Amino acid sequence: MVAIIGVGHSKFGNRRDVSIPELAWEAIKPALDTANIEQKDIDFFVIGTAGVWSSEAAVAPLIAEYAKLEPAGSMRVEAACATGSAAIRVGYTAIKSGEADVVLILGIEKMQESTNPIVIELIGRFGNFFWEFENFGLTFPAYYALYATAYMAKYNASEEDFARVAVKNHFYGARNPYAQFQKEITIEQALNSPYISWPFKLFDCSPITDGASAVIMVSDDKVKEWKIDERVFILSQGVGTGTANLSKRDNFTSLKSAVYAAEIAYRKAGIDIDNPCKYLDGANVHDCFTSAEIIAYEDLRFAKRGEGVELIREEQTYIGGKIPVNVDGGLKAKGHPIGATGVSQAVEAYKQLLNKAEKGRQIDVVNGKYLTHNIGGTGHYAYVTIYGLER
Amino acid sequence: MEFEKAIEKNIEEFGFPVIIDEKSGALQWVDLREMNIRYLVSIENIMPFFEGLREGKLLATRCRDCGEIFFPPQKDCPTCKDSNMEWIELAKEGVLETLTVVFVRPPSFSNYDPYTVAIAKLDDGVRITAWLKGDPKKVKPGQRVKVEISKRKEGYLMYELIPIEG
Ligand SMILES: [Zn+2]
Repeated sequence: MVAIIGVGHSKFGNRRDVSIPELAWEAIKPALDTANIEQKDIDFFVIGTAGVWSSEAAVAPLIAEYAKLEPAGSMRVEAACATGSAAIRVGYTAIKSGEADVVLILGIEKMQESTNPIVIELIGRFGNFFWEFENFGLTFPAYYALYATAYMAKYNASEEDFARVAVKNHFYGARNPYAQFQKEITIEQALNSPYISWPFKLFDCSPITDGASAVIMVSDDKVKEWKIDERVFILSQGVGTGTANLSKRDNFTSLKSAVYAAEIAYRKAGIDIDNPCKYLDGANVHDCFTSAEIIAYEDLRFAKRGEGVELIREEQTYIGGKIPVNVDGGLKAKGHPIGATGVSQAVEAYKQLLNKAEKGRQIDVVNGKYLTHNIGGTGHYAYVTIYGLER
Repeated sequence: MEFEKAIEKNIEEFGFPVIIDEKSGALQWVDLREMNIRYLVSIENIMPFFEGLREGKLLATRCRDCGEIFFPPQKDCPTCKDSNMEWIELAKEGVLETLTVVFVRPPSFSNYDPYTVAIAKLDDGVRITAWLKGDPKKVKPGQRVKVEISKRKEGYLMYELIPIEG
């Protein structure tokens, strides 16, 4: 068993007020404090950062120097937008294997060290470079819009349905002091925003964000030795990979990598794959774009194929519904600092399960299980993780 | 350009290449070590693909042992673990599966008007991603399309999808 015993989270948004290591420290310090440990207790640390838009390349040593983590072992990992979950994966497996007992995971991204056009240029290259980007100029919204169009056509969903996801996630972003956007929006506002990549408009897209998040993970032996009460366990994790080119996939209404990862995660956690909502109190899913949240409902089996859109129409993913989803604002309103997102989801799982979420966005903890779904690239990397209060 | 001028002015006035960020009001050092990156991508082993375009054909590789067609073309068959490939021409028609119109473009595509990117499943079962020519409002997934080899703005060849009327 691997447990999370401490968490830290910076404010997400435009963080040009701090440098990369200063931003990292905003997440590391509260993580050390809540875990009640010192740097010397950490025997391994993992830095998740995609970082092509920011100045520093040797990020792990930079942060080791600033936060006094050396000489403990470390590495930097990258799995596009699932970088944070990949960092958790490394720490999780290091502890499970017995190679480490106390691990710090930091996800960090400072996207706003570059201008918006440069970031748009760079993210477009997270598909297949030659056959998609170089020749046809795909952007990140464009990749996901290809899925949105196919979903709309197959299941009669509308741009208004997608807007409902934005409205929900902004509703909860408004209740999360760490979110980039802390303002509620209306369906009309979302529908009247300019097109980015049809059918996506501005409010269908997650923003360009700076942010850092951190967790302290330990072995069960340490939980017992240190007599830690405030902790959540990682019950299971499923990981999947998709093709580089979209054209090598056989449909555009589901992410095969996510379906694969979910099946593994459910099976390992003993969750009935046909009715996961019965076991889970809530979830964070990868809503880099609004339609992606709806497709995630189906890939995770919160709804049958084609019925994910009904969940949002009926407000079943608000608190009090069938399963609350992204009640921290999601990538959409909380922001999406690439490397920090997966770790931020873990922070959210910890806060929700331990009843530490802010007023107006705390779910009811009944089953003591929470799911996170983090997708990298255009479905290239999928990480589904189940967290629980009990071993 | 205004950005560059502001930096020059600030070097003169304050002695450093700094600016104040409009949104946060925070002081920023502007990196002067600008770099242009241009990659060299090897196409040595898929040269027939480009020769095919010159003859007006969209080519793929097919494994002579197991028959799998590869597009994008691959030099090696990972199933048979050999490289016994032949070049074949792909079907010229197919069905549109999805599309998007890219309004906010990467700076390196700023010389183009908003363009439509589409994925079609050709009649031989191979899917291709390409630009779709014509009014995107007039097409929907399920539309029959044909493949056309065309010349792009920069003067070199590419392949496009074109809706088949009626
Ligand atoms: Zn073969």
